[in-house]
Amino acid sequence: MVVATLNAMLINNVILSQFLGVCPFLGVSKKSSSAVGMSGAVMFVMIISSLVTYTIYALVLVPFGITYIQTIAFILVIASLVQLVEILIKKFSEGLYKSLGIYLPLITTNCAILGVAEGNISSIYSSDITFISGFTTAGFTALGTALGFGLVMFAFSSIRERLDSADIGEAWKGIPISLVTAGIMSIAFLGLKGII
Amino acid sequence: MTKKENFLKGFIKENPIFVFLLGMCPALAVTASFETSLGMGILVVFVLTMSNIVISSVRNFIPYEVRTPAYIVIIATFVTIVRMLTAAYAFDLYLSLGVFIPLIVVNCLILGRAEAFASKNRVLDSAIDGLGMGLGFTFALVVIGIFREFLGTGGIALGVYLPFFGPNEIHLQVIPEIYALNFFVLAPGAFIALGIILAFMQGRKAKRVRLEIEESKRIIAEKKQAALAKKKAAALTKEAA
Repeated sequence: MVVATLNAMLINNVILSQFLGVCPFLGVSKKSSSAVGMSGAVMFVMIISSLVTYTIYALVLVPFGITYIQTIAFILVIASLVQLVEILIKKFSEGLYKSLGIYLPLITTNCAILGVAEGNISSIYSSDITFISGFTTAGFTALGTALGFGLVMFAFSSIRERLDSADIGEAWKGIPISLVTAGIMSIAFLGLKGII
Repeated sequence: MTKKENFLKGFIKENPIFVFLLGMCPALAVTASFETSLGMGILVVFVLTMSNIVISSVRNFIPYEVRTPAYIVIIATFVTIVRMLTAAYAFDLYLSLGVFIPLIVVNCLILGRAEAFASKNRVLDSAIDGLGMGLGFTFALVVIGIFREFLGTGGIALGVYLPFFGPNEIHLQVIPEIYALNFFVLAPGAFIALGIILAFMQGRKAKRVRLEIEESKRIIAEKKQAALAKKKAAALTKEAA
Protein backbone atom coordinates (compact mmCIF):
# COMPACT_ATOMS: atom_id res chain seq x y z
CA MET A 1 0.00 0.00 0.00
CA VAL A 2 2.82 2.40 0.87
CA VAL A 3 4.51 1.46 -2.40
CA ALA A 4 1.33 2.12 -4.39
CA THR A 5 0.86 5.49 -2.69
CA LEU A 6 4.49 6.58 -3.14
CA ASN A 7 4.55 5.36 -6.74
CA ALA A 8 1.48 7.39 -7.63
CA MET A 9 2.68 10.42 -5.69
CA LEU A 10 6.30 10.82 -6.73
CA ILE A 11 7.35 8.49 -9.52
CA ASN A 12 4.35 8.59 -11.80
CA ASN A 13 3.34 12.07 -10.77
CA VAL A 14 -0.02 13.00 -12.32
CA ILE A 15 1.00 16.38 -13.64
CA LEU A 16 4.66 16.09 -14.42
CA SER A 17 4.87 12.65 -15.94
CA GLN A 18 1.33 11.64 -16.89
CA PHE A 19 0.16 15.11 -17.99
CA LEU A 20 -3.22 14.87 -16.30
CA GLY A 21 -4.76 17.98 -14.77
CA VAL A 22 -2.56 20.41 -16.64
CA CYS A 23 -5.41 22.94 -17.03
CA PRO A 24 -5.78 23.68 -13.28
CA PHE A 25 -2.00 23.36 -12.98
CA LEU A 26 -1.56 26.33 -15.31
CA GLY A 27 -4.81 28.11 -14.52
CA VAL A 28 -5.13 28.14 -10.73
CA SER A 29 -1.45 28.31 -9.77
CA LYS A 30 -0.95 32.07 -9.72
CA LYS A 31 -1.37 32.26 -5.94
CA SER A 32 -0.41 29.55 -3.47
CA SER A 33 -3.60 29.98 -1.43
CA SER A 34 -5.80 29.14 -4.43
CA ALA A 35 -3.45 26.29 -5.37
CA VAL A 36 -3.90 24.79 -1.92
CA GLY A 37 -7.69 25.18 -2.14
CA MET A 38 -7.81 23.53 -5.53
CA SER A 39 -5.60 20.64 -4.38
CA GLY A 40 -7.80 20.11 -1.35
CA ALA A 41 -10.91 19.91 -3.48
CA VAL A 42 -9.20 17.58 -5.97
CA MET A 43 -7.99 15.31 -3.17
CA PHE A 44 -11.48 15.07 -1.71
CA VAL A 45 -13.22 14.31 -5.00
CA MET A 46 -10.49 12.08 -6.41
CA ILE A 47 -10.53 9.59 -3.52
CA ILE A 48 -14.33 9.36 -3.36
CA SER A 49 -14.76 9.12 -7.13
CA SER A 50 -12.06 6.46 -7.54
CA LEU A 51 -13.71 4.29 -4.90
CA VAL A 52 -17.19 4.77 -6.34
CA THR A 53 -16.18 4.21 -9.97
CA TYR A 54 -14.19 1.11 -9.05
CA THR A 55 -17.19 -0.29 -7.18
CA ILE A 56 -19.53 0.48 -10.06
CA TYR A 57 -17.18 -1.12 -12.57
CA ALA A 58 -16.58 -4.28 -10.56
CA LEU A 59 -20.10 -4.80 -9.22
CA VAL A 60 -22.36 -3.38 -11.94
CA LEU A 61 -20.70 -3.04 -15.33
CA VAL A 62 -18.79 -6.34 -15.34
CA PRO A 63 -21.60 -8.65 -14.12
CA PHE A 64 -24.00 -7.19 -16.68
CA GLY A 65 -21.41 -7.24 -19.48
CA ILE A 66 -21.76 -3.57 -20.36
CA THR A 67 -18.17 -2.44 -19.81
CA TYR A 68 -18.23 -0.52 -23.10
CA ILE A 69 -20.27 2.27 -21.53
CA GLN A 70 -17.49 2.76 -18.95
CA THR A 71 -16.60 6.29 -20.08
CA ILE A 72 -20.20 7.55 -20.09
CA ALA A 73 -20.93 5.93 -16.73
CA PHE A 74 -17.79 7.32 -15.09
CA ILE A 75 -18.22 10.89 -16.27
CA LEU A 76 -21.84 10.91 -15.10
CA VAL A 77 -20.87 9.47 -11.71
CA ILE A 78 -18.12 12.05 -11.31
CA ALA A 79 -20.34 14.95 -12.36
CA SER A 80 -23.10 14.00 -9.93
CA LEU A 81 -20.59 13.23 -7.15
CA VAL A 82 -19.14 16.69 -7.46
CA GLN A 83 -22.61 18.19 -7.08
CA LEU A 84 -23.33 15.94 -4.12
CA VAL A 85 -20.05 16.80 -2.42
CA GLU A 86 -20.76 20.49 -2.97
CA ILE A 87 -24.19 20.23 -1.37
CA LEU A 88 -22.88 18.17 1.57
CA ILE A 89 -19.98 20.49 2.27
CA LYS A 90 -22.27 23.50 2.10
CA LYS A 91 -24.60 21.90 4.64
CA PHE A 92 -22.06 20.60 7.14
CA SER A 93 -19.10 22.92 7.02
CA GLU A 94 -19.43 26.57 6.10
CA GLY A 95 -15.68 27.20 6.44
CA LEU A 96 -14.69 24.32 4.19
CA TYR A 97 -17.27 25.44 1.64
CA LYS A 98 -15.82 28.93 1.60
CA SER A 99 -12.31 27.64 0.93
CA LEU A 100 -13.12 24.80 -1.50
CA GLY A 101 -16.50 25.85 -2.88
CA ILE A 102 -15.46 27.86 -5.90
CA TYR A 103 -13.11 25.12 -7.09
CA LEU A 104 -15.63 22.28 -6.94
CA PRO A 105 -17.56 23.04 -10.17
CA LEU A 106 -14.25 23.24 -12.05
CA ILE A 107 -13.38 19.71 -11.02
CA THR A 108 -15.89 17.93 -13.26
CA THR A 109 -13.77 18.75 -16.29
CA ASN A 110 -10.48 18.11 -14.52
CA CYS A 111 -8.98 15.27 -16.50
CA ALA A 112 -6.98 13.99 -13.51
CA ILE A 113 -10.17 12.69 -11.86
CA LEU A 114 -11.45 10.74 -14.86
CA GLY A 115 -7.89 9.76 -15.75
CA VAL A 116 -7.30 8.14 -12.36
CA ALA A 117 -10.68 6.38 -12.48
CA GLU A 118 -9.95 4.96 -15.94
CA GLY A 119 -6.35 4.17 -15.02
CA ASN A 120 -7.47 2.22 -11.94
CA ILE A 121 -9.60 -0.02 -14.14
CA SER A 122 -6.90 -0.74 -16.69
CA SER A 123 -4.07 -1.25 -14.19
CA ILE A 124 -5.71 -2.76 -11.08
CA TYR A 125 -8.92 -4.50 -12.09
CA SER A 126 -8.66 -8.12 -13.11
CA SER A 127 -10.97 -11.04 -12.54
CA ASP A 128 -8.58 -12.92 -10.25
CA ILE A 129 -8.14 -10.36 -7.46
CA THR A 130 -10.79 -9.99 -4.81
CA PHE A 131 -13.03 -6.95 -4.74
CA ILE A 132 -11.67 -5.77 -1.38
CA SER A 133 -8.00 -5.83 -2.37
CA GLY A 134 -8.69 -4.05 -5.65
CA PHE A 135 -10.86 -1.52 -3.83
CA THR A 136 -8.15 -0.68 -1.29
CA THR A 137 -5.43 -0.47 -3.96
CA ALA A 138 -7.63 1.90 -5.96
CA GLY A 139 -8.16 4.03 -2.85
CA PHE A 140 -4.47 4.25 -2.02
CA THR A 141 -3.53 5.00 -5.63
CA ALA A 142 -6.04 7.85 -5.62
CA LEU A 143 -4.65 9.11 -2.31
CA GLY A 144 -1.09 9.06 -3.67
CA THR A 145 -2.11 10.74 -6.90
CA ALA A 146 -3.97 13.46 -5.03
CA LEU A 147 -1.00 14.04 -2.70
CA GLY A 148 1.31 14.26 -5.71
CA PHE A 149 -1.05 16.74 -7.34
CA GLY A 150 -1.11 18.89 -4.20
CA LEU A 151 2.66 18.75 -3.77
CA VAL A 152 3.37 19.85 -7.33
CA MET A 153 0.63 22.50 -7.31
CA PHE A 154 1.98 24.03 -4.11
CA ALA A 155 5.62 23.98 -5.24
CA PHE A 156 4.75 25.36 -8.67
CA SER A 157 2.53 28.15 -7.35
CA SER A 158 5.26 29.24 -4.95
CA ILE A 159 7.71 29.40 -7.86
CA ARG A 160 5.22 31.36 -9.95
CA GLU A 161 4.75 33.95 -7.22
CA ARG A 162 8.48 34.59 -7.39
CA LEU A 163 8.45 34.58 -11.20
CA ASP A 164 5.88 37.39 -11.24
CA SER A 165 8.38 39.88 -9.88
CA ALA A 166 11.29 38.58 -11.98
CA ASP A 167 12.56 40.47 -14.99
CA ILE A 168 11.54 38.35 -17.98
CA GLY A 169 11.50 39.27 -21.66
CA GLU A 170 8.04 39.96 -23.03
CA ALA A 171 8.07 36.88 -25.29
CA TRP A 172 8.53 34.56 -22.31
CA LYS A 173 6.33 36.30 -19.77
CA GLY A 174 3.41 34.33 -18.32
CA ILE A 175 2.64 30.86 -19.64
CA PRO A 176 5.84 30.13 -21.68
CA ILE A 177 8.22 30.63 -18.77
CA SER A 178 5.84 28.69 -16.49
CA LEU A 179 5.91 25.75 -18.91
CA VAL A 180 9.71 25.77 -18.97
CA THR A 181 9.73 25.90 -15.17
CA ALA A 182 7.38 22.92 -15.11
CA GLY A 183 9.74 21.12 -17.49
CA ILE A 184 12.65 21.66 -15.10
CA MET A 185 10.52 20.40 -12.19
CA SER A 186 9.64 17.40 -14.31
CA ILE A 187 13.34 16.62 -14.79
CA ALA A 188 13.70 16.55 -11.01
CA PHE A 189 10.78 14.12 -10.73
CA LEU A 190 12.27 11.98 -13.53
CA GLY A 191 15.25 11.49 -11.23
CA LEU A 192 13.02 9.79 -8.64
CA LYS A 193 12.38 6.87 -11.01
CA GLY A 194 15.02 4.71 -9.35
CA ILE A 195 13.55 4.75 -5.83
CA ILE A 196 11.38 1.65 -6.08
CA MET B 1 -18.95 36.26 -40.07
CA THR B 2 -18.86 34.38 -43.38
CA LYS B 3 -18.65 30.60 -43.53
CA LYS B 4 -15.06 30.77 -44.73
CA GLU B 5 -13.99 33.01 -41.85
CA ASN B 6 -15.84 30.72 -39.47
CA PHE B 7 -13.87 27.76 -40.81
CA LEU B 8 -10.47 29.45 -40.86
CA LYS B 9 -10.56 31.17 -37.46
CA GLY B 10 -9.40 28.06 -35.60
CA PHE B 11 -6.05 27.80 -37.35
CA ILE B 12 -4.14 30.86 -36.16
CA LYS B 13 -6.36 33.65 -34.87
CA GLU B 14 -8.38 31.59 -32.38
CA ASN B 15 -6.17 28.52 -32.22
CA PRO B 16 -7.34 26.44 -29.23
CA ILE B 17 -3.87 25.50 -28.01
CA PHE B 18 -1.62 28.40 -29.00
CA VAL B 19 -4.07 31.21 -28.20
CA PHE B 20 -6.71 29.92 -25.76
CA LEU B 21 -4.58 27.26 -24.01
CA LEU B 22 -7.47 24.78 -24.10
CA GLY B 23 -6.86 21.05 -24.19
CA MET B 24 -3.34 21.29 -22.84
CA CYS B 25 -3.27 17.74 -21.45
CA PRO B 26 -3.31 15.96 -24.84
CA ALA B 27 -1.10 18.71 -26.28
CA LEU B 28 1.59 17.64 -23.84
CA ALA B 29 0.90 13.94 -23.52
CA VAL B 30 0.42 12.58 -27.04
CA THR B 31 2.80 14.80 -28.98
CA ALA B 32 5.92 12.68 -28.57
CA SER B 33 5.71 11.78 -32.26
CA PHE B 34 4.14 13.20 -35.39
CA GLU B 35 1.86 10.23 -35.95
CA THR B 36 0.31 10.07 -32.49
CA SER B 37 -0.39 13.81 -32.68
CA LEU B 38 -2.07 13.42 -36.06
CA GLY B 39 -4.08 10.43 -34.81
CA MET B 40 -5.27 12.30 -31.73
CA GLY B 41 -6.16 15.26 -33.93
CA ILE B 42 -8.28 13.12 -36.23
CA LEU B 43 -10.20 11.68 -33.27
CA VAL B 44 -10.84 15.15 -31.87
CA VAL B 45 -12.00 16.48 -35.26
CA PHE B 46 -14.53 13.65 -35.49
CA VAL B 47 -15.82 14.01 -31.93
CA LEU B 48 -15.98 17.81 -32.09
CA THR B 49 -17.78 17.95 -35.43
CA MET B 50 -20.32 15.26 -34.55
CA SER B 51 -21.02 16.59 -31.06
CA ASN B 52 -21.39 20.13 -32.41
CA ILE B 53 -23.92 18.89 -34.99
CA VAL B 54 -25.96 16.93 -32.45
CA ILE B 55 -25.85 19.62 -29.73
CA SER B 56 -26.81 22.29 -32.22
CA SER B 57 -29.76 20.27 -33.51
CA VAL B 58 -31.16 19.56 -30.03
CA ARG B 59 -30.25 22.96 -28.56
CA ASN B 60 -33.88 24.05 -28.32
CA PHE B 61 -35.01 20.97 -26.40
CA ILE B 62 -32.39 20.97 -23.63
CA PRO B 63 -33.40 22.94 -20.53
CA TYR B 64 -30.85 25.58 -19.63
CA GLU B 65 -30.20 24.24 -16.10
CA VAL B 66 -29.14 20.74 -17.13
CA ARG B 67 -27.32 21.63 -20.34
CA THR B 68 -23.82 20.73 -19.14
CA PRO B 69 -24.62 17.11 -18.16
CA ALA B 70 -26.59 16.72 -21.39
CA TYR B 71 -23.65 17.96 -23.47
CA ILE B 72 -21.26 15.70 -21.59
CA VAL B 73 -23.42 12.64 -22.30
CA ILE B 74 -23.55 13.49 -26.02
CA ILE B 75 -19.79 14.01 -26.15
CA ALA B 76 -19.13 10.81 -24.17
CA THR B 77 -21.25 8.83 -26.64
CA PHE B 78 -19.12 9.94 -29.57
CA VAL B 79 -15.94 9.33 -27.59
CA THR B 80 -17.09 5.76 -26.94
CA ILE B 81 -17.74 5.28 -30.67
CA VAL B 82 -14.30 6.67 -31.52
CA ARG B 83 -12.66 4.46 -28.90
CA MET B 84 -14.20 1.31 -30.38
CA LEU B 85 -13.34 2.36 -33.96
CA THR B 86 -9.73 3.06 -33.01
CA ALA B 87 -9.43 -0.27 -31.23
CA ALA B 88 -10.78 -2.00 -34.32
CA TYR B 89 -8.91 -0.25 -37.12
CA ALA B 90 -5.77 1.31 -35.58
CA PHE B 91 -4.86 -0.85 -32.62
CA ASP B 92 -1.29 0.48 -32.30
CA LEU B 93 -2.65 4.02 -32.06
CA TYR B 94 -5.23 2.83 -29.48
CA LEU B 95 -2.45 1.38 -27.31
CA SER B 96 -0.18 4.39 -27.58
CA LEU B 97 -2.90 6.97 -26.84
CA GLY B 98 -4.17 4.83 -23.96
CA VAL B 99 -6.15 6.74 -21.37
CA PHE B 100 -6.19 9.89 -23.49
CA ILE B 101 -8.93 8.55 -25.77
CA PRO B 102 -11.56 8.42 -22.99
CA LEU B 103 -10.18 11.71 -21.73
CA ILE B 104 -11.40 13.47 -24.89
CA VAL B 105 -14.66 13.70 -22.91
CA VAL B 106 -13.18 16.19 -20.49
CA ASN B 107 -11.19 18.10 -23.09
CA CYS B 108 -12.12 21.72 -22.38
CA LEU B 109 -12.07 22.50 -26.11
CA ILE B 110 -15.05 20.30 -26.94
CA LEU B 111 -17.27 21.37 -24.05
CA GLY B 112 -16.14 24.93 -24.65
CA ARG B 113 -17.24 24.91 -28.30
CA ALA B 114 -20.55 23.27 -27.32
CA GLU B 115 -21.18 25.98 -24.76
CA ALA B 116 -19.87 28.95 -26.73
CA PHE B 117 -20.94 28.12 -30.27
CA ALA B 118 -23.09 25.04 -30.89
CA SER B 119 -25.69 25.94 -28.28
CA LYS B 120 -26.38 29.26 -29.99
CA ASN B 121 -25.95 28.65 -33.72
CA ARG B 122 -27.54 26.74 -36.60
CA VAL B 123 -26.52 23.18 -37.45
CA LEU B 124 -24.46 23.95 -40.57
CA ASP B 125 -22.54 26.78 -38.91
CA SER B 126 -21.84 24.59 -35.88
CA ALA B 127 -20.56 21.78 -38.10
CA ILE B 128 -18.21 24.20 -39.88
CA ASP B 129 -17.08 25.62 -36.54
CA GLY B 130 -16.40 22.12 -35.17
CA LEU B 131 -14.46 21.10 -38.27
CA GLY B 132 -12.41 24.31 -38.32
CA MET B 133 -11.63 24.29 -34.62
CA GLY B 134 -10.81 20.58 -34.71
CA LEU B 135 -8.45 21.07 -37.64
CA GLY B 136 -6.86 24.02 -35.84
CA PHE B 137 -6.33 21.78 -32.81
CA THR B 138 -4.84 19.09 -35.08
CA PHE B 139 -2.60 21.68 -36.70
CA ALA B 140 -1.26 22.76 -33.30
CA LEU B 141 -0.74 19.14 -32.16
CA VAL B 142 1.09 18.29 -35.39
CA VAL B 143 3.36 21.34 -35.08
CA ILE B 144 4.32 20.31 -31.54
CA GLY B 145 4.62 16.65 -32.61
CA ILE B 146 6.97 17.37 -35.51
CA PHE B 147 9.03 19.75 -33.37
CA ARG B 148 9.47 17.15 -30.63
CA GLU B 149 10.01 14.11 -32.81
CA PHE B 150 12.46 15.92 -35.05
CA LEU B 151 14.56 17.17 -32.15
CA GLY B 152 14.17 13.97 -30.15
CA THR B 153 14.97 11.36 -32.79
CA GLY B 154 16.50 13.36 -35.61
CA GLY B 155 13.80 12.47 -38.13
CA ILE B 156 10.14 11.62 -38.69
CA ALA B 157 8.73 8.08 -38.69
CA LEU B 158 5.64 7.21 -40.74
CA GLY B 159 3.47 4.10 -40.65
CA VAL B 160 4.22 3.05 -37.06
CA TYR B 161 0.83 3.92 -35.52
CA LEU B 162 -1.44 5.02 -38.34
CA PRO B 163 -2.55 2.41 -40.88
CA PHE B 164 -3.00 4.74 -43.86
CA PHE B 165 0.69 5.48 -44.42
CA GLY B 166 1.11 2.05 -46.01
CA PRO B 167 2.01 -1.33 -44.60
CA ASN B 168 5.74 -0.58 -44.16
CA GLU B 169 7.35 1.78 -41.69
CA ILE B 170 9.18 4.70 -43.27
CA HIS B 171 11.86 6.56 -41.32
CA LEU B 172 12.86 9.92 -42.73
CA GLN B 173 16.17 10.42 -40.93
CA VAL B 174 17.69 13.89 -41.30
CA ILE B 175 20.17 14.06 -38.43
CA PRO B 176 21.98 10.87 -37.31
CA GLU B 177 20.30 9.46 -34.24
CA ILE B 178 23.33 9.87 -31.94
CA TYR B 179 23.13 13.65 -32.34
CA ALA B 180 19.42 13.80 -31.46
CA LEU B 181 18.25 15.21 -28.12
CA ASN B 182 16.37 12.23 -26.70
CA PHE B 183 15.21 14.55 -23.90
CA PHE B 184 12.49 16.08 -26.11
CA VAL B 185 10.63 12.77 -26.43
CA LEU B 186 10.49 12.34 -22.64
CA ALA B 187 8.05 14.05 -20.27
CA PRO B 188 10.12 17.17 -19.40
CA GLY B 189 10.74 17.82 -23.08
CA ALA B 190 7.00 18.18 -23.64
CA PHE B 191 6.73 21.13 -21.26
CA ILE B 192 9.87 22.80 -22.58
CA ALA B 193 8.98 22.29 -26.26
CA LEU B 194 5.50 23.76 -25.75
CA GLY B 195 7.05 26.62 -23.76
CA ILE B 196 9.44 27.42 -26.63
CA ILE B 197 6.64 27.36 -29.22
CA LEU B 198 4.35 29.55 -27.10
CA ALA B 199 7.21 31.99 -26.43
CA PHE B 200 7.75 32.24 -30.19
CA MET B 201 4.04 33.00 -30.77
CA GLN B 202 3.96 35.50 -27.92
CA GLY B 203 7.12 37.19 -29.14
CA ARG B 204 5.67 37.66 -32.61
CA LYS B 205 2.45 39.03 -31.17
CA ALA B 206 4.31 41.45 -28.88
CA LYS B 207 6.38 42.65 -31.83
CA ARG B 208 3.24 43.26 -33.90
CA VAL B 209 1.60 45.18 -31.06
CA ARG B 210 4.73 47.30 -30.62
CA LEU B 211 4.87 48.08 -34.34
CA GLU B 212 1.18 49.04 -34.32
CA ILE B 213 1.72 51.41 -31.39
CA GLU B 214 4.70 53.00 -33.13
CA GLU B 215 2.69 53.34 -36.33
CA SER B 216 -0.20 55.08 -34.55
CA LYS B 217 2.24 57.37 -32.71
CA ARG B 218 3.83 58.30 -36.02
CA ILE B 219 0.45 59.09 -37.57
CA ILE B 220 -0.51 61.27 -34.60
CA ALA B 221 2.81 63.13 -34.80
CA GLU B 222 2.34 63.73 -38.54
CA LYS B 223 -1.16 65.08 -37.98
CA LYS B 224 0.12 67.39 -35.25
CA GLN B 225 2.80 68.71 -37.54
CA ALA B 226 0.33 69.25 -40.37
CA ALA B 227 -1.98 71.16 -38.04
CA LEU B 228 0.90 73.33 -36.79
CA ALA B 229 2.00 74.11 -40.35
CA LYS B 230 -1.56 75.09 -41.22
CA LYS B 231 -1.74 77.41 -38.19
CA LYS B 232 1.56 79.00 -39.14
CA ALA B 233 0.44 79.52 -42.71
CA ALA B 234 -2.83 81.09 -41.53
CA ALA B 235 -0.92 83.44 -39.19
CA LEU B 236 1.43 84.42 -42.01
CA THR B 237 -1.41 85.27 -44.42
CA LYS B 238 -3.10 87.31 -41.65
CA GLU B 239 0.11 89.26 -41.07
CA ALA B 240 0.53 89.85 -44.78
CA ALA B 241 -3.04 91.15 -44.97
